[in-house]
Amino acid sequence: MSPSTAFPFMHDVPANQSDAALQFDDVSLGYGEFTVLSGITMTVAPGQVVAVMGGSGSGKTTMLRAATGQLIARSGTVRAFGQNIAQATPAQLQTLRKRMGVLFQQGALFTDLNVFENVAFPLREHTTLDEAEIVSRVLDKLQAVGLRAAAHLRVAEISGGMARRVALARAVVLEPELILYDEPFAGLDPISMGITARLIRDLADRLKCASVLITHDVQESFSIADQVYLVGQGRQAAAGTPEQLNASQDPYVRQFLDGAPDGPVAFHYPETPAFARWLARQEGTKP
Amino acid sequence: MTDSSKTLRRGPISRLGGWVRGTIGGLGFFTRFFLALLGRSGTALRRPRLVSQQIHFIGNYSLLIIAVSGMFVGFVLGLQGYYTLRRYGSEESLGLLVALSLVRELGPVVTALLFAGRAGTSLTAEIGLMKAGEQLSAMEVMAVDPMRRVLVPRLWGGIIAMPVLAAVFSMVGIMGGWVVGVVLIGVDAGAFWSQMQGGVDVWSDVANGVVKSVVFGITVTLVALYEGWQARPTPEGVARATTRTVVVGSLAVLALDFLLTALMFGN
Repeated sequence: MSPSTAFPFMHDVPANQSDAALQFDDVSLGYGEFTVLSGITMTVAPGQVVAVMGGSGSGKTTMLRAATGQLIARSGTVRAFGQNIAQATPAQLQTLRKRMGVLFQQGALFTDLNVFENVAFPLREHTTLDEAEIVSRVLDKLQAVGLRAAAHLRVAEISGGMARRVALARAVVLEPELILYDEPFAGLDPISMGITARLIRDLADRLKCASVLITHDVQESFSIADQVYLVGQGRQAAAGTPEQLNASQDPYVRQFLDGAPDGPVAFHYPETPAFARWLARQEGTKP
Repeated sequence: MTDSSKTLRRGPISRLGGWVRGTIGGLGFFTRFFLALLGRSGTALRRPRLVSQQIHFIGNYSLLIIAVSGMFVGFVLGLQGYYTLRRYGSEESLGLLVALSLVRELGPVVTALLFAGRAGTSLTAEIGLMKAGEQLSAMEVMAVDPMRRVLVPRLWGGIIAMPVLAAVFSMVGIMGGWVVGVVLIGVDAGAFWSQMQGGVDVWSDVANGVVKSVVFGITVTLVALYEGWQARPTPEGVARATTRTVVVGSLAVLALDFLLTALMFGN
Protein backbone atom coordinates (compact mmCIF):
# COMPACT_ATOMS: atom_id res chain seq x y z
CA MET A 1 0.00 0.00 0.00
CA SER A 2 1.52 3.33 -0.98
CA PRO A 3 1.71 6.12 1.58
CA SER A 4 -0.69 8.25 -0.40
CA THR A 5 -3.29 5.44 -0.32
CA ALA A 6 -2.82 4.89 3.39
CA PHE A 7 -2.89 8.58 4.24
CA PRO A 8 -5.16 10.44 1.89
CA PHE A 9 -3.96 13.86 3.07
CA MET A 10 -0.33 13.22 2.12
CA HIS A 11 -0.12 15.15 -1.12
CA ASP A 12 1.92 18.07 0.16
CA VAL A 13 5.38 16.44 0.03
CA PRO A 14 8.08 18.05 -2.10
CA ALA A 15 8.09 17.04 -5.73
CA ASN A 16 11.79 16.16 -5.66
CA GLN A 17 12.21 13.75 -2.73
CA SER A 18 16.01 13.90 -2.92
CA ASP A 19 15.82 17.58 -1.85
CA ALA A 20 14.23 16.55 1.44
CA ALA A 21 16.24 17.31 4.58
CA LEU A 22 14.71 14.30 6.32
CA GLN A 23 12.83 11.40 4.89
CA PHE A 24 11.29 8.31 6.50
CA ASP A 25 10.23 5.65 4.01
CA ASP A 26 8.03 2.88 5.45
CA VAL A 27 10.16 2.82 8.58
CA SER A 28 9.77 0.41 11.47
CA LEU A 29 11.41 1.25 14.81
CA GLY A 30 11.81 -0.58 18.11
CA TYR A 31 13.98 -1.60 21.04
CA GLY A 32 15.04 -5.23 21.62
CA GLU A 33 12.15 -7.44 20.58
CA PHE A 34 9.58 -4.67 21.05
CA THR A 35 8.42 -2.77 17.97
CA VAL A 36 7.36 0.76 18.86
CA LEU A 37 6.28 2.09 15.48
CA SER A 38 5.94 0.68 11.98
CA GLY A 39 4.93 1.95 8.57
CA ILE A 40 6.19 5.50 9.15
CA THR A 41 6.51 7.56 5.98
CA MET A 42 7.41 11.22 6.35
CA THR A 43 9.18 13.89 4.34
CA VAL A 44 10.51 17.17 5.66
CA ALA A 45 11.62 19.71 3.08
CA PRO A 46 13.84 22.78 3.65
CA GLY A 47 11.82 25.67 5.03
CA GLN A 48 9.02 23.36 6.15
CA VAL A 49 7.81 22.96 9.76
CA VAL A 50 6.50 19.46 10.39
CA ALA A 51 4.78 18.51 13.64
CA VAL A 52 4.85 14.90 14.85
CA MET A 53 2.09 14.39 17.39
CA GLY A 54 0.81 11.50 19.44
CA GLY A 55 0.04 10.37 22.96
CA SER A 56 2.65 9.72 25.64
CA GLY A 57 4.71 6.63 24.84
CA SER A 58 3.51 6.56 21.25
CA GLY A 59 7.10 6.60 19.92
CA LYS A 60 7.57 10.25 18.91
CA THR A 61 10.96 10.56 20.60
CA THR A 62 11.94 7.21 19.07
CA MET A 63 11.43 8.82 15.66
CA LEU A 64 13.76 11.63 16.69
CA ARG A 65 16.40 9.10 17.76
CA ALA A 66 16.09 7.45 14.35
CA ALA A 67 16.53 10.82 12.62
CA THR A 68 19.78 11.49 14.51
CA GLY A 69 21.17 8.00 13.92
CA GLN A 70 21.02 7.02 17.59
CA LEU A 71 18.60 4.26 16.62
CA ILE A 72 18.74 2.31 13.37
CA ALA A 73 15.46 1.45 11.63
CA ARG A 74 14.50 -2.22 11.65
CA SER A 75 13.07 -1.91 8.19
CA GLY A 76 12.53 0.89 5.73
CA THR A 77 14.92 3.77 5.15
CA VAL A 78 15.70 6.92 7.10
CA ARG A 79 17.51 9.51 5.00
CA ALA A 80 19.00 12.77 6.21
CA PHE A 81 20.05 15.15 3.43
CA GLY A 82 19.67 12.24 1.00
CA GLN A 83 22.07 9.96 2.90
CA ASN A 84 20.77 6.64 4.21
CA ILE A 85 21.59 6.83 7.93
CA ALA A 86 21.80 3.05 8.35
CA GLN A 87 24.60 2.88 5.76
CA ALA A 88 26.50 5.96 6.94
CA THR A 89 30.02 5.46 8.30
CA PRO A 90 30.76 7.04 11.72
CA ALA A 91 32.52 9.92 9.93
CA GLN A 92 29.56 10.46 7.59
CA LEU A 93 27.18 10.34 10.56
CA GLN A 94 29.26 13.03 12.30
CA THR A 95 29.05 15.19 9.16
CA LEU A 96 25.27 14.74 9.01
CA ARG A 97 24.90 15.59 12.69
CA LYS A 98 26.83 18.81 12.23
CA ARG A 99 24.06 19.89 9.87
CA MET A 100 21.37 19.17 12.50
CA GLY A 101 20.31 20.92 15.68
CA VAL A 102 18.44 19.02 18.39
CA LEU A 103 16.40 20.35 21.29
CA PHE A 104 16.21 17.57 23.87
CA GLN A 105 13.09 16.79 25.88
CA GLN A 106 14.91 17.46 29.16
CA GLY A 107 17.04 20.29 27.77
CA ALA A 108 20.26 18.32 28.44
CA LEU A 109 22.22 21.46 29.31
CA PHE A 110 25.80 20.89 30.46
CA THR A 111 25.70 21.44 34.18
CA ASP A 112 29.41 22.27 34.47
CA LEU A 113 29.01 25.24 32.09
CA ASN A 114 27.05 28.46 32.55
CA VAL A 115 24.23 29.62 30.25
CA PHE A 116 26.58 31.47 27.88
CA GLU A 117 29.03 28.57 27.56
CA ASN A 118 26.19 26.11 26.94
CA VAL A 119 25.01 28.10 23.94
CA ALA A 120 28.59 28.74 22.82
CA PHE A 121 29.45 25.02 23.04
CA PRO A 122 28.58 24.04 19.41
CA LEU A 123 30.39 27.15 18.12
CA ARG A 124 33.53 26.35 20.08
CA GLU A 125 33.48 22.71 18.97
CA HIS A 126 32.65 23.14 15.30
CA THR A 127 33.79 26.58 14.19
CA THR A 128 36.94 28.68 14.26
CA LEU A 129 35.14 31.94 15.08
CA ASP A 130 37.05 34.36 17.27
CA GLU A 131 35.85 35.18 20.77
CA ALA A 132 34.16 38.47 19.76
CA GLU A 133 32.10 36.72 17.10
CA ILE A 134 31.15 33.95 19.49
CA VAL A 135 30.03 36.46 22.12
CA SER A 136 27.99 38.39 19.55
CA ARG A 137 26.32 35.29 18.10
CA VAL A 138 25.54 33.70 21.47
CA LEU A 139 24.08 36.92 22.91
CA ASP A 140 22.02 37.31 19.75
CA LYS A 141 20.49 33.85 20.19
CA LEU A 142 19.95 34.41 23.90
CA GLN A 143 18.22 37.68 23.04
CA ALA A 144 15.90 35.76 20.71
CA VAL A 145 14.79 33.50 23.58
CA GLY A 146 14.62 36.41 26.04
CA LEU A 147 17.58 35.34 28.17
CA ARG A 148 20.39 37.72 27.15
CA ALA A 149 20.72 39.00 30.70
CA ALA A 150 20.88 35.44 32.07
CA ALA A 151 24.07 34.62 30.12
CA HIS A 152 26.25 34.67 33.24
CA LEU A 153 24.03 32.39 35.34
CA ARG A 154 24.86 28.80 36.16
CA VAL A 155 22.47 26.11 34.91
CA ALA A 156 21.50 25.28 38.51
CA GLU A 157 20.38 28.89 38.99
CA ILE A 158 17.76 28.99 36.22
CA SER A 159 14.22 27.61 36.17
CA GLY A 160 13.08 24.61 34.12
CA GLY A 161 11.35 26.84 31.57
CA MET A 162 14.46 29.03 31.22
CA ALA A 163 16.61 25.92 30.80
CA ARG A 164 14.45 24.81 27.87
CA ARG A 165 14.82 28.24 26.26
CA VAL A 166 18.61 28.07 26.70
CA ALA A 167 18.55 24.60 25.14
CA LEU A 168 16.55 26.05 22.25
CA ALA A 169 19.16 28.79 21.76
CA ARG A 170 21.89 26.12 21.78
CA ALA A 171 20.02 23.98 19.23
CA VAL A 172 19.78 26.85 16.74
CA VAL A 173 23.08 28.68 17.35
CA LEU A 174 24.82 27.01 14.42
CA GLU A 175 21.79 27.82 12.25
CA PRO A 176 21.55 24.19 11.09
CA GLU A 177 19.73 22.94 8.01
CA LEU A 178 17.55 20.56 10.00
CA ILE A 179 16.30 21.27 13.54
CA LEU A 180 14.60 18.60 15.63
CA TYR A 181 12.62 19.93 18.57
CA ASP A 182 11.55 17.38 21.20
CA GLU A 183 8.65 18.91 23.15
CA PRO A 184 9.71 22.55 22.63
CA PHE A 185 6.63 23.90 24.43
CA ALA A 186 6.73 21.66 27.53
CA GLY A 187 7.10 23.58 30.78
CA LEU A 188 6.83 27.01 29.14
CA ASP A 189 4.45 29.73 30.27
CA PRO A 190 1.95 31.00 27.64
CA ILE A 191 4.09 34.04 26.73
CA SER A 192 7.28 32.00 26.26
CA MET A 193 5.28 29.38 24.37
CA GLY A 194 3.99 31.92 21.85
CA ILE A 195 7.43 33.48 21.40
CA THR A 196 9.06 30.05 20.98
CA ALA A 197 6.49 29.04 18.36
CA ARG A 198 7.11 32.27 16.43
CA LEU A 199 10.88 31.77 16.72
CA ILE A 200 10.63 28.26 15.25
CA ARG A 201 8.52 29.50 12.35
CA ASP A 202 10.79 32.49 11.79
CA LEU A 203 13.93 30.31 11.69
CA ALA A 204 12.31 28.01 9.14
CA ASP A 205 11.24 30.95 6.95
CA ARG A 206 14.43 32.99 7.29
CA LEU A 207 17.09 30.26 7.14
CA LYS A 208 15.03 27.82 5.09
CA CYS A 209 15.85 25.13 7.64
CA ALA A 210 13.67 22.06 7.90
CA SER A 211 12.04 21.76 11.33
CA VAL A 212 10.49 18.78 13.06
CA LEU A 213 8.42 19.41 16.19
CA ILE A 214 7.73 16.50 18.47
CA THR A 215 4.88 17.80 20.57
CA HIS A 216 1.59 17.30 22.38
CA ASP A 217 0.55 20.89 22.07
CA VAL A 218 -2.15 21.00 19.39
CA GLN A 219 -2.83 24.75 19.41
CA GLU A 220 0.73 26.07 19.14
CA SER A 221 1.96 23.43 16.72
CA PHE A 222 -1.07 23.77 14.42
CA SER A 223 -0.47 27.52 14.31
CA ILE A 224 3.04 27.14 12.81
CA ALA A 225 3.18 23.69 11.17
CA ASP A 226 2.95 23.13 7.43
CA GLN A 227 2.37 19.43 7.85
CA VAL A 228 1.26 17.31 10.80
CA TYR A 229 1.87 13.59 11.33
CA LEU A 230 -0.14 11.82 14.00
CA VAL A 231 1.33 8.60 15.41
CA GLY A 232 -0.24 6.15 17.82
CA GLN A 233 -1.10 2.51 18.39
CA GLY A 234 2.23 1.52 16.83
CA ARG A 235 1.59 3.14 13.45
CA GLN A 236 1.23 6.40 11.59
CA ALA A 237 -2.41 7.21 12.18
CA ALA A 238 -2.86 10.30 10.03
CA ALA A 239 -0.98 12.96 8.12
CA GLY A 240 -1.92 16.23 6.47
CA THR A 241 -2.00 19.97 6.86
CA PRO A 242 -3.44 21.36 10.11
CA GLU A 243 -6.61 22.33 8.23
CA GLN A 244 -7.02 18.85 6.80
CA LEU A 245 -6.57 17.24 10.21
CA ASN A 246 -9.01 19.70 11.79
CA ALA A 247 -11.56 18.68 9.18
CA SER A 248 -10.88 14.97 9.63
CA GLN A 249 -13.62 12.72 11.01
CA ASP A 250 -11.20 9.86 11.71
CA PRO A 251 -12.02 8.68 15.29
CA TYR A 252 -8.36 8.62 16.38
CA VAL A 253 -7.68 12.12 14.99
CA ARG A 254 -10.85 13.49 16.56
CA GLN A 255 -10.13 11.94 19.97
CA PHE A 256 -6.57 13.31 19.99
CA LEU A 257 -7.46 16.81 18.77
CA ASP A 258 -10.52 17.13 21.02
CA GLY A 259 -8.84 15.50 24.03
CA ALA A 260 -11.82 13.19 24.44
CA PRO A 261 -11.60 10.45 27.09
CA ASP A 262 -13.59 7.98 24.96
CA GLY A 263 -12.44 6.72 21.59
CA PRO A 264 -10.04 4.28 20.00
CA VAL A 265 -7.26 5.22 22.43
CA ALA A 266 -7.79 3.73 25.88
CA PHE A 267 -6.86 6.04 28.74
CA HIS A 268 -6.17 3.13 31.08
CA TYR A 269 -3.04 1.01 30.66
CA PRO A 270 -4.15 -2.48 29.62
CA GLU A 271 -4.05 -5.24 32.24
CA THR A 272 -1.46 -7.93 31.56
CA PRO A 273 -1.00 -11.46 33.02
CA ALA A 274 2.06 -10.12 34.90
CA PHE A 275 -0.12 -7.47 36.56
CA ALA A 276 -2.75 -10.10 37.45
CA ARG A 277 -0.07 -12.27 39.11
CA TRP A 278 1.35 -9.27 40.99
CA LEU A 279 -2.13 -8.25 42.16
CA ALA A 280 -2.88 -11.79 43.35
CA ARG A 281 0.35 -11.79 45.36
CA GLN A 282 -0.46 -8.38 46.83
CA GLU A 283 -3.95 -9.47 47.83
CA GLY A 284 -2.59 -12.72 49.26
CA THR A 285 -0.21 -10.81 51.55
CA LYS A 286 -2.86 -8.48 52.99
CA PRO A 287 -3.07 -8.64 56.79
CA MET B 1 14.92 -25.99 28.47
CA THR B 2 14.89 -29.22 30.47
CA ASP B 3 14.55 -29.41 34.24
CA SER B 4 18.11 -30.78 34.61
CA SER B 5 19.59 -27.82 32.75
CA LYS B 6 17.66 -25.44 35.02
CA THR B 7 19.16 -27.18 38.06
CA LEU B 8 22.65 -26.90 36.54
CA ARG B 9 22.12 -23.20 35.86
CA ARG B 10 21.41 -22.57 39.51
CA GLY B 11 24.27 -24.75 40.79
CA PRO B 12 27.34 -23.34 42.54
CA ILE B 13 29.71 -24.40 39.75
CA SER B 14 27.53 -22.70 37.20
CA ARG B 15 27.37 -19.56 39.34
CA LEU B 16 31.16 -19.59 39.75
CA GLY B 17 31.55 -20.00 36.00
CA GLY B 18 29.19 -17.09 35.44
CA TRP B 19 31.15 -14.94 37.89
CA VAL B 20 34.48 -15.80 36.22
CA ARG B 21 33.06 -15.06 32.79
CA GLY B 22 31.55 -11.82 34.01
CA THR B 23 34.82 -10.74 35.62
CA ILE B 24 36.88 -11.52 32.51
CA GLY B 25 34.31 -9.74 30.35
CA GLY B 26 34.42 -6.74 32.70
CA LEU B 27 38.23 -6.63 32.49
CA GLY B 28 37.96 -6.78 28.73
CA PHE B 29 35.53 -3.83 28.66
CA PHE B 30 37.76 -1.93 31.07
CA THR B 31 40.83 -2.52 28.89
CA ARG B 32 38.98 -1.47 25.73
CA PHE B 33 37.76 1.63 27.56
CA PHE B 34 41.34 2.51 28.55
CA LEU B 35 42.60 1.94 24.99
CA ALA B 36 39.74 4.03 23.58
CA LEU B 37 40.72 6.92 25.86
CA LEU B 38 44.41 6.57 25.00
CA GLY B 39 43.55 6.55 21.32
CA ARG B 40 41.68 9.85 21.72
CA SER B 41 44.33 11.50 23.88
CA GLY B 42 45.46 13.83 21.10
CA THR B 43 42.73 16.17 22.38
CA ALA B 44 44.75 16.68 25.56
CA LEU B 45 47.60 18.11 23.49
CA ARG B 46 45.45 20.10 21.07
CA ARG B 47 43.27 21.66 23.78
CA PRO B 48 45.46 21.98 26.90
CA ARG B 49 42.94 24.41 28.47
CA LEU B 50 40.49 21.53 28.95
CA VAL B 51 43.17 19.56 30.81
CA SER B 52 44.29 22.51 32.92
CA GLN B 53 40.67 23.09 34.01
CA GLN B 54 40.53 19.50 35.19
CA ILE B 55 43.89 19.72 36.97
CA HIS B 56 42.45 22.69 38.82
CA PHE B 57 39.18 20.90 39.57
CA ILE B 58 40.73 17.57 40.56
CA GLY B 59 43.99 18.78 42.08
CA ASN B 60 43.26 22.12 43.66
CA TYR B 61 40.09 21.00 45.39
CA SER B 62 41.90 17.94 46.82
CA LEU B 63 44.82 20.01 48.09
CA LEU B 64 43.46 20.81 51.55
CA ILE B 65 42.53 17.24 52.51
CA ILE B 66 45.87 15.98 51.15
CA ALA B 67 47.91 18.59 53.04
CA VAL B 68 46.07 18.14 56.34
CA SER B 69 46.29 14.34 56.11
CA GLY B 70 49.98 14.56 55.22
CA MET B 71 50.63 16.72 58.28
CA PHE B 72 48.95 14.27 60.68
CA VAL B 73 50.65 11.26 59.08
CA GLY B 74 53.97 13.12 59.51
CA PHE B 75 53.17 13.80 63.19
CA VAL B 76 52.44 10.12 63.82
CA LEU B 77 55.56 8.99 61.92
CA GLY B 78 57.66 11.42 63.99
CA LEU B 79 56.29 10.05 67.25
CA GLN B 80 56.28 6.34 66.41
CA GLY B 81 59.64 6.60 64.67
CA TYR B 82 61.21 8.33 67.65
CA TYR B 83 59.88 5.75 70.17
CA THR B 84 61.16 2.85 68.06
CA LEU B 85 64.54 4.34 67.13
CA ARG B 86 65.22 5.39 70.75
CA ARG B 87 65.36 1.69 71.73
CA TYR B 88 68.41 1.30 69.48
CA GLY B 89 69.87 4.71 70.28
CA SER B 90 69.50 5.96 66.72
CA GLU B 91 67.08 8.86 67.12
CA GLU B 92 69.21 10.86 64.67
CA SER B 93 67.91 8.61 61.89
CA LEU B 94 64.38 9.89 62.46
CA GLY B 95 64.56 12.22 59.42
CA LEU B 96 65.62 9.34 57.18
CA LEU B 97 62.86 7.07 58.49
CA VAL B 98 60.16 9.72 58.02
CA ALA B 99 61.36 10.68 54.54
CA LEU B 100 61.74 7.12 53.23
CA SER B 101 58.37 6.04 54.65
CA LEU B 102 56.64 8.98 53.00
CA VAL B 103 58.46 9.13 49.68
CA ARG B 104 58.47 5.40 49.01
CA GLU B 105 55.12 4.27 50.44
CA LEU B 106 52.81 6.50 52.41
CA GLY B 107 52.95 9.51 50.10
CA PRO B 108 51.77 7.72 46.95
CA VAL B 109 49.49 5.18 48.68
CA VAL B 110 47.65 7.41 51.18
CA THR B 111 47.34 10.18 48.59
CA ALA B 112 45.84 7.69 46.13
CA LEU B 113 43.35 6.43 48.74
CA LEU B 114 42.33 10.00 49.59
CA PHE B 115 42.26 10.84 45.89
CA ALA B 116 39.84 7.95 45.26
CA GLY B 117 37.59 9.23 48.04
CA ARG B 118 37.72 12.91 47.12
CA ALA B 119 38.33 13.31 43.37
CA GLY B 120 37.36 9.79 42.23
CA THR B 121 33.85 9.89 43.66
CA SER B 122 33.37 13.38 42.32
CA LEU B 123 34.37 12.28 38.80
CA THR B 124 32.11 9.22 38.89
CA ALA B 125 29.11 11.18 40.14
CA GLU B 126 29.70 13.93 37.57
CA ILE B 127 29.92 11.53 34.61
CA GLY B 128 27.00 9.42 35.91
CA LEU B 129 24.78 12.47 36.33
CA MET B 130 25.78 13.78 32.91
CA LYS B 131 24.66 10.43 31.52
CA ALA B 132 21.40 10.51 33.48
CA GLY B 133 20.70 14.08 32.31
CA GLU B 134 21.18 13.09 28.63
CA GLN B 135 24.20 15.43 28.45
CA LEU B 136 26.43 12.77 26.92
CA SER B 137 23.74 11.85 24.37
CA ALA B 138 23.31 15.53 23.57
CA MET B 139 27.03 15.81 22.86
CA GLU B 140 26.95 12.76 20.62
CA VAL B 141 24.05 14.20 18.63
CA MET B 142 25.96 17.49 18.32
CA ALA B 143 28.71 15.47 16.58
CA VAL B 144 30.99 15.88 19.60
CA ASP B 145 32.59 12.68 20.90
CA PRO B 146 31.90 12.65 24.68
CA MET B 147 34.90 10.39 25.31
CA ARG B 148 37.19 12.89 23.63
CA ARG B 149 35.56 16.02 25.06
CA VAL B 150 34.63 14.89 28.59
CA LEU B 151 36.66 11.83 29.59
CA VAL B 152 40.10 12.41 28.05
CA PRO B 153 40.72 15.81 29.76
CA ARG B 154 39.63 14.32 33.09
CA LEU B 155 41.91 11.30 32.68
CA TRP B 156 44.95 13.48 31.95
CA GLY B 157 43.95 15.93 34.67
CA GLY B 158 43.99 13.04 37.17
CA ILE B 159 47.25 11.60 35.86
CA ILE B 160 49.01 14.97 36.19
CA ALA B 161 47.41 16.01 39.49
CA MET B 162 48.11 12.78 41.38
CA PRO B 163 51.99 12.93 41.50
CA VAL B 164 51.83 16.62 42.43
CA LEU B 165 49.42 15.84 45.28
CA ALA B 166 51.62 12.93 46.42
CA ALA B 167 54.64 15.27 46.46
CA VAL B 168 52.68 17.81 48.53
CA PHE B 169 51.63 15.02 50.91
CA SER B 170 55.24 13.88 51.37
CA MET B 171 56.56 17.42 51.83
CA VAL B 172 53.96 18.34 54.42
CA GLY B 173 54.47 14.94 56.10
CA ILE B 174 58.23 15.53 56.40
CA MET B 175 57.52 18.93 57.92
CA GLY B 176 55.10 17.25 60.35
CA GLY B 177 57.80 14.72 61.32
CA TRP B 178 60.26 17.59 61.82
CA VAL B 179 57.81 19.51 64.05
CA VAL B 180 57.25 16.50 66.32
CA GLY B 181 60.79 15.08 66.25
CA VAL B 182 62.93 18.23 66.27
CA VAL B 183 60.73 21.02 67.64
CA LEU B 184 58.69 19.12 70.25
CA ILE B 185 60.89 16.13 71.25
CA GLY B 186 64.31 17.71 70.68
CA VAL B 187 66.03 15.46 68.15
CA ASP B 188 69.08 17.22 66.71
CA ALA B 189 68.00 19.24 63.66
CA GLY B 190 71.30 18.81 61.86
CA ALA B 191 71.21 15.05 62.23
CA PHE B 192 67.54 14.98 61.17
CA TRP B 193 68.21 16.75 57.85
CA SER B 194 71.68 15.40 57.09
CA GLN B 195 70.65 11.76 57.60
CA MET B 196 67.71 12.40 55.29
CA GLN B 197 69.93 14.07 52.69
CA GLY B 198 72.47 11.26 52.79
CA GLY B 199 70.01 8.35 52.85
CA VAL B 200 67.34 9.30 50.34
CA ASP B 201 68.31 8.51 46.77
CA VAL B 202 66.78 10.58 44.00
CA TRP B 203 66.34 7.66 41.61
CA SER B 204 65.69 4.59 43.73
CA ASP B 205 63.50 6.37 46.29
CA VAL B 206 62.03 9.62 44.93
CA ALA B 207 61.67 8.54 41.29
CA ASN B 208 60.13 5.20 42.25
CA GLY B 209 57.67 7.05 44.47
CA VAL B 210 56.78 9.31 41.55
CA VAL B 211 56.30 6.27 39.28
CA LYS B 212 54.00 4.75 41.88
CA SER B 213 51.92 7.91 42.16
CA VAL B 214 51.57 8.14 38.35
CA VAL B 215 50.41 4.50 38.18
CA PHE B 216 47.94 5.10 41.03
CA GLY B 217 46.74 8.29 39.33
CA ILE B 218 46.01 6.39 36.11
CA THR B 219 44.30 3.57 38.03
CA VAL B 220 42.06 5.65 40.27
CA THR B 221 41.07 8.15 37.57
CA LEU B 222 40.38 5.38 35.07
CA VAL B 223 38.27 3.40 37.55
CA ALA B 224 36.32 6.56 38.44
CA LEU B 225 35.64 7.44 34.80
CA TYR B 226 34.75 3.86 33.88
CA GLU B 227 32.29 3.52 36.75
CA GLY B 228 30.64 6.83 35.82
CA TRP B 229 30.49 5.86 32.15
CA GLN B 230 28.96 2.45 32.95
CA ALA B 231 26.62 3.72 35.67
CA ARG B 232 22.90 3.11 35.29
CA PRO B 233 21.38 6.54 34.59
CA THR B 234 19.35 6.63 37.81
CA PRO B 235 20.05 8.12 41.27
CA GLU B 236 20.54 4.59 42.63
CA GLY B 237 22.83 3.64 39.74
CA VAL B 238 25.03 6.70 40.26
CA ALA B 239 25.18 6.05 44.02
CA ARG B 240 26.30 2.45 43.44
CA ALA B 241 28.88 3.52 40.88
CA THR B 242 30.31 6.08 43.30
CA THR B 243 30.67 3.43 46.00
CA ARG B 244 32.33 1.04 43.55
CA THR B 245 34.85 3.72 42.63
CA VAL B 246 36.08 3.92 46.23
CA VAL B 247 36.09 0.15 46.79
CA VAL B 248 37.62 -0.91 43.46
CA GLY B 249 39.98 2.08 43.29
CA SER B 250 41.32 1.57 46.83
CA LEU B 251 41.78 -2.18 46.45
CA ALA B 252 43.51 -1.72 43.10
CA VAL B 253 45.89 0.83 44.63
CA LEU B 254 46.81 -1.47 47.51
CA ALA B 255 47.32 -4.48 45.23
CA LEU B 256 49.37 -2.48 42.75
CA ASP B 257 51.44 -1.03 45.59
CA PHE B 258 52.48 -4.51 46.62
CA LEU B 259 53.40 -5.44 43.05
CA LEU B 260 55.32 -2.22 42.42
CA THR B 261 57.16 -2.41 45.76
CA ALA B 262 58.22 -5.97 44.99
CA LEU B 263 59.43 -4.91 41.54
CA MET B 264 61.17 -1.71 42.63
CA PHE B 265 62.70 -2.55 45.97
CA GLY B 266 63.03 -6.35 45.83
CA ASN B 267 66.38 -7.92 44.97
